[in-house]
Amino acid sequence: MAKDVLFEIGLEELPARFIDSAQSQLAEHTQIWLKDLRLSYNKITAFSTPRRLAVLITGLAEKQETVEEEAKGPSEKIANDSEGNWSKAAIGFTRGQGKTVDDIYTKEVKGTSYIFVKKHLEGKPAAELLPGFHEIVESIQFGKNMRWAEQKLRYARPIRWLVGLYGNEIIPFKIAGVKSGNLTFGHRFLGDEITLDDPVKYQEALRENFVIADPKEREKLILEGIRQLEKQENCKVPIDQELLDEVRNLVEFPTVFEGTFEEHFLKLPQEVLITSMKEHQRYFPVKSVKGDLLPRFVGVKNGDSHAIEKVIKGNEKVIHARLSDAVFFYEEDQKKSLNHYLEKLDRVIFQEKLGTVSDKVTRVVHLTRQLTELLELDKDTAVIAERTAEISKFDLMTNMVNEFTELQGVIGEKYALNFGEDKAVAIAVREHYLPKQANGELPQTSAGAIVSIADKLDTIAGCITAGLIPTGSQDPYGLRRQTSGILRIMADRQWRISIEALLKLTHSLYPSLEAEKQSDGQTGKELQEFFTVRASYLLKEMGIEQDVIQAVLSREIGIINYSFDKAKVLSEKRNDEQFKYIQEALVRVLNLANKTDLFEVEPAYFETASEKNLYDKFHSVSVDFKAADEDKDAELALSKLGELAEYIHEFFDNNMVMAEDKRLRNNRLSLVNNIARLISDYADLSTIEWKQHF
Amino acid sequence: MNIQEMILALQKHWSEQNCIIMQAYDVEKGAGTMSPMTLLRSLGPEPWNVAYVEPSRRPDDGRYGENPNRLYQHHQFQVIMKPSPDNIQELYLDSLKKLGIDPLEHDIRFVEDNWENPTLGAAGLGWEVWLDGMEITQFTYFQQIGGLEANPVAVELTYGIERLASYIQDKENVFDLEWTNGVTVKDIFFQPEFEHSTYTFEESDTDMLFQLFTMYEKEANRTMEKGLVFPSYDYVLKCSHTFNLLDARGVISVTERTGYISRIRNLARKIAKTYVAERERLGFPLLKKEEK
Repeated sequence: MAKDVLFEIGLEELPARFIDSAQSQLAEHTQIWLKDLRLSYNKITAFSTPRRLAVLITGLAEKQETVEEEAKGPSEKIANDSEGNWSKAAIGFTRGQGKTVDDIYTKEVKGTSYIFVKKHLEGKPAAELLPGFHEIVESIQFGKNMRWAEQKLRYARPIRWLVGLYGNEIIPFKIAGVKSGNLTFGHRFLGDEITLDDPVKYQEALRENFVIADPKEREKLILEGIRQLEKQENCKVPIDQELLDEVRNLVEFPTVFEGTFEEHFLKLPQEVLITSMKEHQRYFPVKSVKGDLLPRFVGVKNGDSHAIEKVIKGNEKVIHARLSDAVFFYEEDQKKSLNHYLEKLDRVIFQEKLGTVSDKVTRVVHLTRQLTELLELDKDTAVIAERTAEISKFDLMTNMVNEFTELQGVIGEKYALNFGEDKAVAIAVREHYLPKQANGELPQTSAGAIVSIADKLDTIAGCITAGLIPTGSQDPYGLRRQTSGILRIMADRQWRISIEALLKLTHSLYPSLEAEKQSDGQTGKELQEFFTVRASYLLKEMGIEQDVIQAVLSREIGIINYSFDKAKVLSEKRNDEQFKYIQEALVRVLNLANKTDLFEVEPAYFETASEKNLYDKFHSVSVDFKAADEDKDAELALSKLGELAEYIHEFFDNNMVMAEDKRLRNNRLSLVNNIARLISDYADLSTIEWKQHF
Repeated sequence: MNIQEMILALQKHWSEQNCIIMQAYDVEKGAGTMSPMTLLRSLGPEPWNVAYVEPSRRPDDGRYGENPNRLYQHHQFQVIMKPSPDNIQELYLDSLKKLGIDPLEHDIRFVEDNWENPTLGAAGLGWEVWLDGMEITQFTYFQQIGGLEANPVAVELTYGIERLASYIQDKENVFDLEWTNGVTVKDIFFQPEFEHSTYTFEESDTDMLFQLFTMYEKEANRTMEKGLVFPSYDYVLKCSHTFNLLDARGVISVTERTGYISRIRNLARKIAKTYVAERERLGFPLLKKEEK
């Protein structure tokens, strides 16, 4: 008879950020495990709270499925020796399967005859196999593991109890000194010890003991609580999903409450208020129906609403102290001048080998100047960008950023305005930190974009020159993120400067480190490679195939959005039946090219009309292609190359390139090489695996 | 509950859990973790359970007694248990009850917080404990100390005494806290706060402090070479405090700063190794005692 099964891992409070992933891993691993065990079931449901991970399996078969399996042995030829007896190979095979040669039969597989034996796998009782669950427990991966007491196991947090229940029987297993049983625990303060006698009653038993085992249900309860407050108080509580995800995993039994703070705190920059509430206290800020921030907050408590006034009062006291600090910092900060902060920057180290933040700012100013020149930007933008670069890091020295590091740039903008800087400069100071995440918001102003590129370029080139190249998951300076940032900004701005031209600007920025390295050009190569890998990564995220990426980036990254466009066009053509004719023509050229370095074509040596026609067409296409290339029109440039197809086919169909006559042969090879060079100016099409053949 | 009663309650509670109640260590330090009773004793295989109040000096936080939350010197109640007991969370929560904090009337939570002190080559995983949104305790399972792997793992609890007291006594200004009947923090600590701030930011003899740092460092190295772990460690603590004084005065340039920190770290690492080697040479006496 089928039975229900429950496993629960009881833990000291798991970090909220690990819980969702752990729950889904638990469900997945259990499913694979049961499949491998040939144990059928109705349904798998996983649960999670900060203190437990659990999985409920309903209708688990009592026994493994019994199966008749065919085991395939060596080919008949190998299975027989020269005298027609079973060979050693055949005997070894049957023994390995627990059979004898009498069980052998033969069957043909793809034209060859093989020997087989039939195997009968008798199903074992589930009860015998279920203790193997300890492997599932140990298979869960967390972002960070620890050890405790004298245990060898590394886990997110210490394991404190284990439940293994098969119907009403205990499934015995042991992990890190903890034995499984049928005892679980309710809410830390409101619940009791619970003896479980039926797996399907798990969720209910916990609910009675103030534990909501399903995170989605906790989320629903929180949202309902918030909606109710909104109605009562006629206000709006914007839901930040990330915060909600965290909060629901910080509690086993959510109770929503609202607190207030003194109105005068609203004079602080909104970002300071929001950061204090969200990041530090995990509160939801409250807005009026019109959208203005109100002096209130919504928190979620772990437990019921008993003595909620005390909890609210405590929370209010905490936010009051935090905001009082913030006001103190804000007022202190205003007493100083911008120059005061700039002067302090030379006391702060940026990176041991790269000097102080002041040194960095000097380099960023220099790069900003060069960039505005390279991009031929107007004078106004150049002035704004340069001023932005000069003051870009001043806010790092303020009390406010010291306390709220995540607000660097945001505070810079506010304070810059207070200190009488141009509005455009203030905005660009904030924007130069963008994008903050892989898909984060990009700078909206040219000045912000330029200084952002200059700042990141300096960090990346500096760290790589200093030998601080990221490895594996270690990227302490965020070089990957910043490189992607530069590429995304360049693509977004559609600035027609190649990435290589940008990288060149950093060449002489770190003379002492270069001298120390004594490896000419090595850094340049590393830097180029670093950017190429990031560019490939961005293309991959856009769904571009690896071979196309290689084709486009083989020579250089070039102008980023032009390269991206080429990749998109080629990725489309790669699978386009219509393009087959053109692709074959172009690849025909590439296959023959580059075997010599001949490029001199002498029209007088042509013997056939088709080679002359190709030559003429090549000239006209070259002009059109270059125009399209100049316009960075990826689609048009490729279609111009495509116009050569007909002529190329004609040429190859009617001429023997490798002619006996050396003069004729070299002339034809030169023609082919010229065309190949033109094609390669676009991309290395020979690396693409054209799919239209299938 | 005044601070004195709090301390007595905590001492009694942890004494009942078989912790040795130590007195504060008599060398200046920035955190309770730096006491040799924690930092050194957490190393190696020997069991170790201890609790003590530790004054922590942070010259840079000195505010002449004017700031309601920041102090040149505050107090930590420190608990170390090695190996970490299976019911350590319950033991901790019981200690809060002894302080009059009823978990049924509050929201107590364990929020992930991983601790690291590069100067001591130390790192651990754990939580900050929240009481109605306020961080009252740092709860850490040591994973590494002085660059050595912690095995068995010790657990460290650090209660912020003034923090907790401000909650229990419902006071906004730390100087208004009652230490014992009719005596406030202000009565005891205002003058030293003011004078230490004045000394730190205005009066310290930096030439002398630089000289002291070098002398302390030299003596730490010399004594370590002779296998005198504890005297050597005292000089490391003196180095650390001297450095903090110099740093607060703003006389250590950025480049030098990293240099000084790595000098202290190197000393701490060497001492950690020497300590374990010395304990091993002595046959890990506390381990044997436990077996008996």
